[in-house]
Amino acid sequence: MIYAEVLAGGKGTRMGNTDMPKQFMMLGGKPVFVHTVEQFILSEKVDKVLICCPKQWVAHTNDTLKKYIKDVSKVIVVEGGNSRNETIMNGCSYIEKTWGIGADDIVVTHDAVRPFITQRIIDDNIKSAMEYGACDTVMEAFDTIVESTDGEVITDIPVRKHMYQGQTPQSFNIRKLVNLFQELTEEEQNILTDACKAYVLKGYPVHLVRGEAYNIKITTQYDLKIANGLIQQ
Amino acid sequence: MINEVYRLVARKQIHTDFLDETIRDEVVVRPTYLSICAADQRYYTGSRGKEIMSEKLPMALIHEGVGHVIYDPKGEFKIGTRVVMIPNTPVEDDVIIKENYLPSSKFRASGFDGFMQNVVLMGRDRVVPYTCIPDRTAVLLELLSVVMNALENFELRSHARRETIGIWGNGNLGFISALVLKILYPDTRVIVFGVSRHKMQFFPFVDETYIIDSIPDDLRVDHAFECVGGNGSEDAINQIIDYIQPQGTIALLGVSESNVNINTRMVLEKGLILVGNSRSGYADFKAAVKFLEKNSSAREYMDIIISEEIEINGISDINRAFEHDQANDFKTVMKWNV
Repeated sequence: MIYAEVLAGGKGTRMGNTDMPKQFMMLGGKPVFVHTVEQFILSEKVDKVLICCPKQWVAHTNDTLKKYIKDVSKVIVVEGGNSRNETIMNGCSYIEKTWGIGADDIVVTHDAVRPFITQRIIDDNIKSAMEYGACDTVMEAFDTIVESTDGEVITDIPVRKHMYQGQTPQSFNIRKLVNLFQELTEEEQNILTDACKAYVLKGYPVHLVRGEAYNIKITTQYDLKIANGLIQQ
Repeated sequence: MINEVYRLVARKQIHTDFLDETIRDEVVVRPTYLSICAADQRYYTGSRGKEIMSEKLPMALIHEGVGHVIYDPKGEFKIGTRVVMIPNTPVEDDVIIKENYLPSSKFRASGFDGFMQNVVLMGRDRVVPYTCIPDRTAVLLELLSVVMNALENFELRSHARRETIGIWGNGNLGFISALVLKILYPDTRVIVFGVSRHKMQFFPFVDETYIIDSIPDDLRVDHAFECVGGNGSEDAINQIIDYIQPQGTIALLGVSESNVNINTRMVLEKGLILVGNSRSGYADFKAAVKFLEKNSSAREYMDIIISEEIEINGISDINRAFEHDQANDFKTVMKWNV
């Protein structure tokens, strides 16, 4: 089975008097996360789509989905966790409890706030995760990356051609992902904000999948304005 | 759903547009192979002229394409079904006039977006499934359907003596016309007339080939298919008029940007019928699929006229494909990986 986990864990920014996470804001004629989920519904390779969102937004997510998408039979809204990794693991636990985890099962984890994902990126992720066990979607870094450990002075300027900017999806063999997280100490789990980093730290390879420059993450009002400027009704 | 559409905005300039699309009853098709047509090249190179360019652009090019169904809200098409996409899109029914001749019909890559998109929302009567044709060859089904439309018109209008049929033009359309005629009329002497000597080597299945400046004086054809188009249309049509028997039918398939002077005196004297053939509709696509599924040799021959296959991973590859196509003898097809 191939699962998508759409990570909609954003807690939101203050919009007027109400906290509204970015994934629920309107992009063109639909909320951001609906565009994202639609791409996974369209993918013929993805069997189930889990939307992992904060507990208080589960009902809202369900109702919004039904409003915009006719057939939601492939979609399940589940409760996320306190961190990105906890959210991913909650999704995996749901998969395990509901369907069990097969040796070749794959999970494609993707930010709900990256609605410009394409079928090609989804396909490439599935292919790579099936072949190598883990992959990350990246773009070559166009800007020079400057490292500063104290925020005051430069400690390093890495060679740009070795630098990539991480996007999502990140995709994994589920069984291996779960086993890896169980291997981590509590301290390691707290430090790691990125599932791929856990693989790298433990010495497991994570293969690269080509992203797209427009596969942008909508995290600020500015991003949302840009995204709305890009699309045409 | 946000869909990426690759539109020509000016001569040789393609950019990505993002469309907020809502699926209603349409079948969602993910293109696998697209093929470049001379009509696309005329837009790409800007040779349609300033007025037409500013009227029609920005617009996604390409009206020859196949793909597979990735989503059908009604569940009528099985996911993964391989389909050829029909570029002609009628908006009314007419019991007399075929859909491809209705002035109200829209046509992909000529006024509205063609198939250079990440996914294409197609009306469910605008896709025709196929099974035993390789996708790379199937992308030529649109061209084949155009020939099927011409053939239907020809059969309706021409007299029954079909001992010799001449085809003027040894490009893509000439090749496919000759192939179809030879397979469907095995007893007919099919002769191809063309300019490029080296291209004639691709026509071993026809009975004879001639370079247009060395046609025997006493050679005559009962009917003719004009597949030249462009600046060569005029010479080709007038040469056909010289070599065709009285009351023959001339099927015109070549598109010309300018008006063509025809020797109407001889058209009258010989009582000729000139039939205009343009584009194709659902029935022609069905006929094309049936023909290609039935004839394995036709599938093999059609694959031969693919001069180049280019993998498309982004806009730079699309530009490369259009540039290469200008130098290719026959078809340039794009393996659509975007």
